Amino acid sequence: MSHGIHRARFEVEVTAILDNLYGAALRLTRNSADAEDLVAESVAKAWASRDSLEDPARFQGWIFRILTNTFFSDCRKRGTVSLDEPAGEGGEFSLFERLHQPFLLWWSTPEQEFLRKVLREDLQRALDALPEVFRVVVVLSELEGFSYQEIADMLAIPIGTVRSRFSRARSLLQQAVWQHSLHSSAGGIGAAKAGAEGEP
Amino acid sequence: MTDRRILSCEEALRRLADYLNRELEPPERDAVEQHVRLCRECCSRAEFERLLKERLAELGREPAPARMLSRIRELLGGD
Repeated sequence: MSHGIHRARFEVEVTAILDNLYGAALRLTRNSADAEDLVAESVAKAWASRDSLEDPARFQGWIFRILTNTFFSDCRKRGTVSLDEPAGEGGEFSLFERLHQPFLLWWSTPEQEFLRKVLREDLQRALDALPEVFRVVVVLSELEGFSYQEIADMLAIPIGTVRSRFSRARSLLQQAVWQHSLHSSAGGIGAAKAGAEGEP
Repeated sequence: MTDRRILSCEEALRRLADYLNRELEPPERDAVEQHVRLCRECCSRAEFERLLKERLAELGREPAPARMLSRIRELLGGD
């Protein structure tokens, strides 16, 4: 295969998923300038190591692995974030259980109403607040649709670790959304609930 | 042989995230599906979690700036 054809194919593959790469990079780095740099650095690394791609059908998983490795490598260089898994605190938090309470049933479907009112910015804030090791699992799973096994391969961790990190991330994320809703205009239901329970 | 017993709410909820992430094998997936069909409470919860997943997935839909594509082309062209 000639180099020109190889490059054309590579460019087509990257272009097809460029929005996905950028969207994931944006949520990992939390700002657009760093996200652009992360994507560019990852694409450059992928191009330089294109011979390591054994199965072209796995291009997306392969380049996302390079993207996440590059992100963690940059984090280590900067030393500004912890890549250790934070110790667990408390039990699992469920937004649904907070909202699906008998005294709120006059709201007919309080959970649906809550989700309707929660702003994209509120969800984004909650996601951005997750520790990196949890955020990356949510980004790869919820935003990009990769399977636990694919994520395990990308991050070089056991599938059981992916599952447990996803579970803790989901709990932390729902807790953050709930806490924020108590103090925002989107939290009419949350505020009503907190008032009834005497939460601050 | 497939286990056709009906799951309890606790068992179904423990598997709900994996079910919604399509991570369960057919026998377990079918068992959760069956429970959710029969239990109104768990059906509401499954629907809530599904909607929350959809809202989260929207966060990944960010179009890359146009200059990103030219940056990539420049980067590949420079090889």
